[in-house]
Amino acid sequence: MDASLYARRKRRNVLAGAASYGATFVGLSWLALILGVLFWQGFGGVSLRVFTEMTPPPGAVGGLLNAIVGSLIMTGLALLIGAPIGVLAGTYMAEYGRHGHLTKIVRFINDILLSAPSIVVGLFIYEVMVRPMGHFSGVAGAVVLGVLVIPVMVRTTEDMLTLVPDTLREAAASIGLPRSLMIRQIAYRAAKAGIITGLLLAVARISGETAPLLFTALNNQFFSTDLNAPMSSLPAVIFQFALSPYKDWQDLAWTGALIITLAVLAMSIMARALTATRKPS
Amino acid sequence: MADVAWQETDVSAQDVVTERARVLNKLRIGDIVFHQITKASALFVLVVLGGVIVSLFIGAMPALQEFGFGFLTAQSWNPVTEKFGALAPIYGTIITSFIAMLIAVPFGLMIAMFLTELCPMWLRRPIGIAIELLAGIPSIIYGIWGLFVFAPFLQTHVQPPIIAAFENIPVLSTLFAGPPFGIGILTASLILAIMVLPFITSISRDVFDAVPPVLKEAAYGLGWTQWEVWRYVVLPYTRIGVIGGVMLALGRALGETMAVTFVIGNAHKITTSLLAPGTTISATIANEFTEAVGDLYTSSLIALGLILFVITFIVLAIARYLLLRIERRVG
Repeated sequence: MDASLYARRKRRNVLAGAASYGATFVGLSWLALILGVLFWQGFGGVSLRVFTEMTPPPGAVGGLLNAIVGSLIMTGLALLIGAPIGVLAGTYMAEYGRHGHLTKIVRFINDILLSAPSIVVGLFIYEVMVRPMGHFSGVAGAVVLGVLVIPVMVRTTEDMLTLVPDTLREAAASIGLPRSLMIRQIAYRAAKAGIITGLLLAVARISGETAPLLFTALNNQFFSTDLNAPMSSLPAVIFQFALSPYKDWQDLAWTGALIITLAVLAMSIMARALTATRKPS
Repeated sequence: MADVAWQETDVSAQDVVTERARVLNKLRIGDIVFHQITKASALFVLVVLGGVIVSLFIGAMPALQEFGFGFLTAQSWNPVTEKFGALAPIYGTIITSFIAMLIAVPFGLMIAMFLTELCPMWLRRPIGIAIELLAGIPSIIYGIWGLFVFAPFLQTHVQPPIIAAFENIPVLSTLFAGPPFGIGILTASLILAIMVLPFITSISRDVFDAVPPVLKEAAYGLGWTQWEVWRYVVLPYTRIGVIGGVMLALGRALGETMAVTFVIGNAHKITTSLLAPGTTISATIANEFTEAVGDLYTSSLIALGLILFVITFIVLAIARYLLLRIERRVG
């Protein structure tokens, strides 16, 4: 028996274990570090003013109201555009064409769209909406975000409907329920928590999107709910203010960053709590 | 009594039959309509992809006609003389993603190993979620954090000692040359590494979990250590899935925009030093698109977008193909 070989193997095992603990520690520290800095820099600026006043010119005090409202409007519209299409497409894949070729192709393409760079989607909407219309607009921003919602909804809807037991479908069919009614009255209800999870994930995904908004909705220094005009959004304001040389603007950018991050993390955690047994993709 | 009831239904029998036919017909049409609507929605996903490709291609046409294949190899990016070449952004995109993967892959795999082999059961879920939350933080947050916190830290505490340490070593002295800007290619790469870490960890953990316990138990039975079991049983068994996860993360890194835009420095040049400012495709588009004057400038930026989309599409398609393969084997 070679004692030194044993010692070496043991040593290597201990080293690997230490590296593994170390890597996890580093990963968790980054999260703590980022959140810690966000609170440190952004929390001081949180006040009622942030939610009631417009973005200020340099040197003046103000809030983020126009940006918050713009973000809410565009996110809401994006859900109205993207969610139905995504849910219906997912329905087709899980209910009608579960084993069909079309489903396989759509699933493959959808998974690619899910991770495709959002800036490219922004260019796409610039080409088909902003250029023909001749100006930047809130509706173009909403459509970009809507396109980004679709893949998330397709994926979660298909997954969740596939989890609904087939016995439920068979029971419905045996009492003569037409298929479309079965899907709407039974399958959707059984998969409700999952589909809501998808919505939360979609909102979490788009509420921090910045790049595609820069050349669709642009930005707006003033309060505007006109969908045909450039519209402000929190991420776009953070981008503009953070890169500016003015201290007040940078402070507001941090506050906006804190608001977005808390909202997004709250939605991610809620989504996980809703489907505790499922792993997010 | 029975007679009366019979007679009553007899009177309305015709009505009942037509009513029933009407309702059935309505349900049948509803069924067909719903089926077709869902199918159209599924097809719409393909239309989106087609729309992205076609619109980018049309938008990029003027630049491609003007510069031809030279667009891919030219380094100059001059809005004044309207000479545009994509080499510097392409180089920046690839080098930042490459360095990010070099850092994130070992870290991600070690964390996944921790989560599947070493971590106490009750801690697995919370730690897993915490790591995944890193993926949930919007990219612009990484950007602002990188610009105001990480880059100054690197500039004062990390880069000067690195430059001093490698000053007289041949290859490393060119890689880590120049003044410590703080922002630059290395900073962007490090931030990208943090951002893609959760993707690698999450997918690796899922595929590690799918290794049949019998395989591991057999190896432990032979007296293997935990590291040996992981390295020579778990990792080979899940190789394809891990590579799929890495490719997925690479796809994310290549297309990442805002975080990189904040910290890369936006310099259209190729330098050998990793500490120097550079640019990536997405950062160039994000920075210059709204300020681009003239059709050729805009078109060149869209052509950059097209190149980015083609690169990420190929990487992501390979990732999905590999992950499908492992899903088939496990399922």
